[in-house]
Amino acid sequence: MPEEEAVIYRGRIRMPYTWAVGETGSFFLTQLRDHARIWGTRCPQCRRTMVPPRRNCPRCLAKTHWLQLEPRGSLVTYTVVHYRHRIHPPQEPLIYGVIKLEGADTGLTHLLGEVDPADLRPGLLLEAVFKEPEQRRGHILDILYFRPREVTGS
Amino acid sequence: MTNVAIVGAAQTPYRRRRDDASLAELVHEVTVAALADAGLEMGDIDNIVTVSNDFWDGRTISSMAVMDASGSSYAGGKNVSTVEGDGTFGLFYGAMRILSGVYRTTLVVAHSKGSEGDPMMITNSMFDYIYTRPLGLEFISSCALQARRYMDKYGLTEADFALVSVKNRRNALRNPYAQLAGELTVEEVLASPVLADPLKRHDLSPISDGAAAVILADSPVALRLGRKPVWLKGGAFCSEDHFLGDRDLAEAPALREASRRAFEMAGVTDPFREIDVVELYDACSYMELLWLEEMGFCPRGEGGTLIRSGETAPEGSLPVNPSGGVLSAHAVLVAGLARVIEVVLQLRGEAGPRQLGPKPVELGLAHGINGPCGQSHCVLVLGA
Amino acid sequence: MAQRVAIIGFGQTRHRSRRDDVNGVELIQEAVRAALEDADLTLDQIDAMIIGNMDHFEGVNYVDTWSVDGTGAYMKPLLKLTTGGTTGTTLGIAGYHFVASGLFDTVLVVGWEKNSESDTTGAIITCSDPIFDRFSFSGALPGLAVEASAYMKAYGITQEDAARVTVRDRRHGANNPYAHLRTPVTVEEVMNSPMLSWPVKLLDICPRTDGAAAVIFAGERKARRLAPQPAWVIATSVRHDYAYFHDIDYTRMHTIEGAAKELYQYVGIKEPLKELDVIELYQPYSFAGLKWIEALGLCPPGESPRLLWDGVTDMGGELPINPSGGVICTNCIGATGLLRIGEAALQVMGRAEGRQVPNVNLALATGFGGAFWSDMMLLGRRPW
Repeated sequence: MPEEEAVIYRGRIRMPYTWAVGETGSFFLTQLRDHARIWGTRCPQCRRTMVPPRRNCPRCLAKTHWLQLEPRGSLVTYTVVHYRHRIHPPQEPLIYGVIKLEGADTGLTHLLGEVDPADLRPGLLLEAVFKEPEQRRGHILDILYFRPREVTGS
Repeated sequence: MTNVAIVGAAQTPYRRRRDDASLAELVHEVTVAALADAGLEMGDIDNIVTVSNDFWDGRTISSMAVMDASGSSYAGGKNVSTVEGDGTFGLFYGAMRILSGVYRTTLVVAHSKGSEGDPMMITNSMFDYIYTRPLGLEFISSCALQARRYMDKYGLTEADFALVSVKNRRNALRNPYAQLAGELTVEEVLASPVLADPLKRHDLSPISDGAAAVILADSPVALRLGRKPVWLKGGAFCSEDHFLGDRDLAEAPALREASRRAFEMAGVTDPFREIDVVELYDACSYMELLWLEEMGFCPRGEGGTLIRSGETAPEGSLPVNPSGGVLSAHAVLVAGLARVIEVVLQLRGEAGPRQLGPKPVELGLAHGINGPCGQSHCVLVLGA
Repeated sequence: MAQRVAIIGFGQTRHRSRRDDVNGVELIQEAVRAALEDADLTLDQIDAMIIGNMDHFEGVNYVDTWSVDGTGAYMKPLLKLTTGGTTGTTLGIAGYHFVASGLFDTVLVVGWEKNSESDTTGAIITCSDPIFDRFSFSGALPGLAVEASAYMKAYGITQEDAARVTVRDRRHGANNPYAHLRTPVTVEEVMNSPMLSWPVKLLDICPRTDGAAAVIFAGERKARRLAPQPAWVIATSVRHDYAYFHDIDYTRMHTIEGAAKELYQYVGIKEPLKELDVIELYQPYSFAGLKWIEALGLCPPGESPRLLWDGVTDMGGELPINPSGGVICTNCIGATGLLRIGEAALQVMGRAEGRQVPNVNLALATGFGGAFWSDMMLLGRRPW
């Protein structure tokens, strides 16, 4: 009997998706695009303000209402990524963070930029940097990244 | 809950690639071996739960690939269901199908070939497609966010995490099924290439191919078989929020709740004293410490103290992952069922070179996770 | 069995070809809210949740953990099941076991699909074995068309006979405010619709739908307290066999034969046409409405056209089939089997409004998927 040979088939699932963001998320994303504004949703019963937005409260199912948030917050956790894959946005260095926006009860996961990795620490004050208006397309990456915020005054 | 027993178990060795066998052939291999282990034949099995994932298999209705191999068409066909999630969840559902009184013997079989897909894309796809997935977050980088938060909140260090890798890779030396085994030093772990800080190469589990099968039976069937049954004494599963920012990643309330319920069901009041072995889902080194805290084996934030104490080594009072754990072999979905099988072998006294002792192992815990950063947990308490 | 089980609530979305106003999580939550409202329960009264769909239709890995904001499963036991077209019935059967096991008293089960968001055929093609089947039996249509032509040849069935099935279901669908397609069609319109894969034409086959369904299962005491007339689960049966489409004997539907035989024997049904009061048949295309009811034992092979033309299966007939309009009118795939169960439950509970069949004592719901697999759940007015 000849030596066994392992034949390997190469395949790839090429699947186009058209994901409906829904009315709630569409408001959030078009506000990012058109006004560089970040909105949260607040549950009137649980009194929790959530970003990314939720149409209904995940805890009690009540309809939420909109609350505009300041495009700034503080760093909860972070990581500097040392490998690259085509799923990654073109960003050097590639740093992820969870950012607690002022006035929100939940954090937003996003990219960090204009920061020396050595300066990263929890509680770091951050602000959103938006893409130029003509580059924004109603997408979470209309926020280019969050960067350290100069704190002035007392 | 003591009416369901594990009467048969089998796993493949876990390897980086198993080009010699298709998924169905892996499933067939462990199905036949689990039946032999139980002293049963396919005709004795009255229902089947297969465990698979369409993304990892690159196939819609991934269970189709293993229907024949798992015996579903045997003798006019059997009642089948398919869980998509870790094997511990599949096992728990399999047990419910017996507790319902509808079936008496369930075959639970899981398979996965990490080698055949692109783990970056596959784990990126577990994040919501509007707000998180476009960032490129995947398994490693999301776990890094959790590890960092855990360190910051409780003052654990990368060296604490490294001790887990050192222990588990050393344990794996005595497990012929493990894929990665070796004598590492803390320094070597710390000096291994940084992937997403604070996680380094040796903090991470490998990509693996493998399959595992467990046969469950009700007590009359279990007691009739010659082999000593392993009883499912307690079990629970629980999920928390999806968005990482909704969670405090330094905590795992879902695991806390699942452990509480599982221990309550099993009548365990002091887990550290009562549990003889823990096999948990350490997909990354830090997870072992965080999960142990939330299971209640030590106070919150004391996971570092626990690993430094040496108590979780095979010769300690609470051996954790004597098999080498997921850090030594990570066939996704299969890994939780592998934890179950390792506990079963310990309880039977059949764990070979990795058998704990001399004190007999009487009560063990097996654990599995689903979703990003351990969003959903399953805890099973098994007893001799 | 730890306890008897009944369905006490059912909710569904208004099914449409596209639901761009909501994302997948929000669509799921619509069905969850509707089911809770229907059973007059709140989220905190639900002990566990089960969810399912087909991954590649939306491209979401680990749908259970992704959709927690929609199901409301935060800090609850949560399980994902998926078996292709049978997913919805697989889910319902799991809901039954969860409650019957005695581990949970109130379980909410969700099936959903947003078929508008991907290429349905492109996704289904990948269910075929990549090496031996995918180049030939690709997508949902080829298997069905082969089945239809083999059946026509064996028994002299005509395309007009099949068209009569579509006419029935589309007429019934007009009575269902939730149905996707609600306009009646004629035999001529079916015959003149575009040929897709001979002999299957556009109006012979189901649409692609965005929709979700949620069903609440409860234990006996709770069911009696909460529902004036619960729909009791009497029995379930499943046949998922085959790994390959080319293995199937297309002249018979033997997974239905096998599952029905098991179910009928358990309950003691000898003449299903007389003893069953209504069937919600997972009938993805018109020819199945002939051949598969023969497999169910309603008449000898080849004689089903007579039942159709005589109106036996129409509303007002001896055994109405698909009062909801069935799959021919609505096909949100992961929800489709659960819609059959929910609709059958409504019939038993006497709450099907404009589509109610009078005096339903026994209602049968079926599921179809994978490589010609079949699931069944029998519901009744009295507990078994």
